[in-house]
Amino acid sequence: MIWFQFQSLIGSYPLALRGLGMTVALSAISLVLGTLIGFTLGVLRTSGNRLVSRVIGLWIDLIRGTPFLVQIFLIFFILPEFGVELDAFTAGIIALTNLAACFICEIVAAGIRSVPTGQVEAALASGLSQWQRMRQVVLPQAMRVSLPPLVGQYVLLIKDSSVVSAIGLTDLTRVGWLVVQRVPNGLLVFAIVGIGYFVVCYPLILLARRLERRMSAAHGEVQL
Amino acid sequence: MLENFSFRTIIEYLPLLGEGFVATLWLSIVSFAGALAVGIILCAMNLQHSQVLKLPAKMYIDAIRATPLLAQLYFLYFGLPRLGMVLPELFVGILALSLNSGAYIAEIIRAGILSISRGQVEAGVASGMTYAQRMRLVILPQAIRVTIPPLLGQAIVLVKDSALLSLISVSELTRAGQLLASDRFMPAEGFITTAACYLLLYYGLKSLAVLSARWLGVRPIGSRI
Repeated sequence: MIWFQFQSLIGSYPLALRGLGMTVALSAISLVLGTLIGFTLGVLRTSGNRLVSRVIGLWIDLIRGTPFLVQIFLIFFILPEFGVELDAFTAGIIALTNLAACFICEIVAAGIRSVPTGQVEAALASGLSQWQRMRQVVLPQAMRVSLPPLVGQYVLLIKDSSVVSAIGLTDLTRVGWLVVQRVPNGLLVFAIVGIGYFVVCYPLILLARRLERRMSAAHGEVQL
Repeated sequence: MLENFSFRTIIEYLPLLGEGFVATLWLSIVSFAGALAVGIILCAMNLQHSQVLKLPAKMYIDAIRATPLLAQLYFLYFGLPRLGMVLPELFVGILALSLNSGAYIAEIIRAGILSISRGQVEAGVASGMTYAQRMRLVILPQAIRVTIPPLLGQAIVLVKDSALLSLISVSELTRAGQLLASDRFMPAEGFITTAACYLLLYYGLKSLAVLSARWLGVRPIGSRI
């Protein structure tokens, strides 16, 4: 019985590879786009313009306050009503990028706020332009604080990409769902799906932990 | 565009949406209670010196953190019948949410306990307290204070995660929105109303977290919501 199921599972490996490819593509594209947009938003949020900061803050609250599944449905079913035709893949990328950008914005903003004002004042006194101040003084120091949570955020992003299976994209989770209709062994099928995610996410979790430990060691805090 | 946004349809579906809202609320409360129980047990195992208890807890926490909730949910939904346990979808959903959030809560409690400075523990030892006394009288009263805001943050995550239960056809808020959207071909009405209901819960819990942080004199919750 188990043997037959194994054979059937091995038969569906091209599907599994396609699913893994889809998961990686979704995560990678939205990771890059989300990081770029998130950094821009984070810098804007701390730029001192009250109105801009408020608007970004409101948007982040709206995104943080609603389930990702509902966001996907909103984008996939409602954007077409505004005349934007989009397929499931584009909708998934938009939803994931938006989510990543919001979280990364807050991480970057927290990092920038952690840089002592004396540093900025010193840069001002040295006659650096705003761009130079950001690039050479503030961001390098902010990155040290932001890096561990940023890597953690990437793990969340990869995991959240599983939710786009709800609009019919054949990612790793969806493949599990399809296979389990033919091979009625949910424990085995989704254990394999889980291993697929684990292989991608666990190294990132370890990296985040290591970065965090290095950070607190660099700041002279004692690890208990 | 949304110029024919039909408030009338929303009012027509208000009983269904209301039921969904209440369902999401109470299944989140039950799951959070379950997650607290799972988290406390895992954390207690994780803080032991013997690897027999520590290793399984660590492996469990890592496994949960490195895989998506949806895969865990399907694992239970399609896997439990295989073990001869045919449970209603609602039970499976609550179980999945409790087991998932429990792993994160274990880490929150652990961070709270480890945030108590070494000197406090040593002072307890020097005063001749037993391990249980130190835990009960010195560590836990202080640890609970710092864990309450992040626990409320985890509650926010749990409420949002509960939307995934609609995918195994548990009737809750997202499911109600989906029904409205598909019955009347009105996705805007269905999903915007659903989103508004979740925002209500989010702002409620968020202000509770901020207020509790102020009352307890600890730092407010971080970015992991």
